[in-house]
Amino acid sequence: MSTGLRILVPVKRVIDYAIKPRINKTQTGVETAGVKHSLNPFDELSIEEAVRLRERKGLPMKVENILALSAGGPKTGDVLRTAMAMGADRAFHIDVPDSDAGGLEPLTVAKMLQGVVKKENINLVMLGKQAIDGDQGQTGQMLAGLLGWPQVTQASKVDIKDEKGTIEVTHEVDGGVETLKTTLPMVITTDLRLNEPRYASLPNIMKAKKKPLEKKTLADFGVEDQRRLKTLKVTEPPPRQGGGKVEDVDGMISKLKELGAL
Amino acid sequence: MFPIARNSVLRAARSQIFPSRALNQPTASALARLLSTLAVLEQRNGKLQNSSLAAIAAAQKLGGSVTGFVAGSGVKASAAAEAAKIKGLEKVVAVDNDAYEKGLPENYAPLLVENVKNGGYSHVIAAHSAFGKSLLPRVAALLDVQQVSDITKIESEDTFVRPIYAGNAILTVQSTDSTKVITVRGTAFQGTETEGGSAEIVDGADPNAPAQVEWVSEELAKSERPDLGTASRVVTGGRGLKSKEEFDRVMLPLADALGAAIGASRAAVDSGFADNSLQVGQTGKNVAPELYLCAGVSGAIQHLAGMKDSKVIAAINKDGDAPIFQVADVGLVGDLFDKVPELTEKLKQA
Repeated sequence: MSTGLRILVPVKRVIDYAIKPRINKTQTGVETAGVKHSLNPFDELSIEEAVRLRERKGLPMKVENILALSAGGPKTGDVLRTAMAMGADRAFHIDVPDSDAGGLEPLTVAKMLQGVVKKENINLVMLGKQAIDGDQGQTGQMLAGLLGWPQVTQASKVDIKDEKGTIEVTHEVDGGVETLKTTLPMVITTDLRLNEPRYASLPNIMKAKKKPLEKKTLADFGVEDQRRLKTLKVTEPPPRQGGGKVEDVDGMISKLKELGAL
Repeated sequence: MFPIARNSVLRAARSQIFPSRALNQPTASALARLLSTLAVLEQRNGKLQNSSLAAIAAAQKLGGSVTGFVAGSGVKASAAAEAAKIKGLEKVVAVDNDAYEKGLPENYAPLLVENVKNGGYSHVIAAHSAFGKSLLPRVAALLDVQQVSDITKIESEDTFVRPIYAGNAILTVQSTDSTKVITVRGTAFQGTETEGGSAEIVDGADPNAPAQVEWVSEELAKSERPDLGTASRVVTGGRGLKSKEEFDRVMLPLADALGAAIGASRAAVDSGFADNSLQVGQTGKNVAPELYLCAGVSGAIQHLAGMKDSKVIAAINKDGDAPIFQVADVGLVGDLFDKVPELTEKLKQA
């Protein structure tokens, strides 16, 4: 095995995390037209981590290249430029038409990524632990399963130990953290505590415009957009009414007693 | 047309012979016979974890037979025996092997896949806990199935309800896969009875898939308090607490007075006031206790995603316009450093 790290960072363009999504009139999905979109927050962490691996001094393996990839409609290029401005070397835009249904299903994405990993000779895939639109949290694990590679989900610390690719990852579990050791190639999904993503500086944004962004299709990787899940409807959650305010602590205690909570 | 007519005539005749048997009953029970669910049970050191009960509760909602699955060091004598007493389980498939003790998905997923194939289950269910989240998608991929994650409701055998966009939209989805692989939200599926069952414990198949990952260590936050995910009362502190010292000084006595679990907002966790594992919200834990009392929490949508199914929400915050007051049943505008200790004192006296 060669001694370089060839990292794939899949990213997703989603409705900005600070925006409250609105259900469309036909109840088939969420209104996306004219809504601010950005890079999925967990994907920012995975790009940042890949770039930090390159910058880390004394790392036993050198980062050969970082490939950012995203599947989606024409605007997907924006998030790929952001990824390259943060430090990814090149990008693939998998052209998939926009739809109400919210993009490709995780299993399809995992199969597509499996194809990319093989074609591009990738040995480390870093993904966000979940996309904040679908909230499914599946793609990384599915990809690892398809490739037969080790996986660590919700990573909070990544440490490459030697030039043979021994890697130690600390990840978040219920009740605390757990540390696991394995060897590359592998799949890692990132959690919020992994790092603090950088802002892309203006010069880097300018440089990113010159980095290669290749258009690809699902067919290039032998995958079809097959849907296993059918959206029957998307609705508003039941509204919750605030019960009003009380004057003081005594008022709070008596109201809680009245509600049967004490 | 004739066969149809004949059928309905026959059916009418039959219902006269057996007047007590409703027409749709045989079909319903035939469907229930076809439905068979494997509930993946989580164990730690031979002890079943609470999250497992949610998987069983959901499996029972589906109808049909429910089989439990557990693997690890000597589980037949411990966790499997415990599971066998759970009401509603027909069978417990147990695999005694140290290799599965830590629940690492690299060898656990092939193990589960083998047992799913052997048992011909129509549904595979696990809790949406760290274990279930890491394991089931890998299992789904190996079975070539699109998983349905974190469901909060079962509409029918193939139709499920799950929150998306941090709980700001509710998706009803129908699976066309022949095997349904599902993770369930623990707070939405409760009421499993842990006594009164007498399931048979049987050995599962063990493909002995190689372990690609070595478990090194773990660091769990130790606490005498109830578990955050299942506590009936939760007390949560936010950024308003200002420091870890203040968080501990103000919030812990309140939690003790109420017998509540402690939670924290992401801001409080990021600022180091509380451990990561205590975070409530879209990217942390989902809770739905009887009482959710929060102080110094503004109520960002990511936080609300994790707690808005609580029965009663109470909030103390000095900003009267904080979004938390739009969902709180009881709101108190004031300085938490005065109000929380006062509340703690008065609760102790009561």
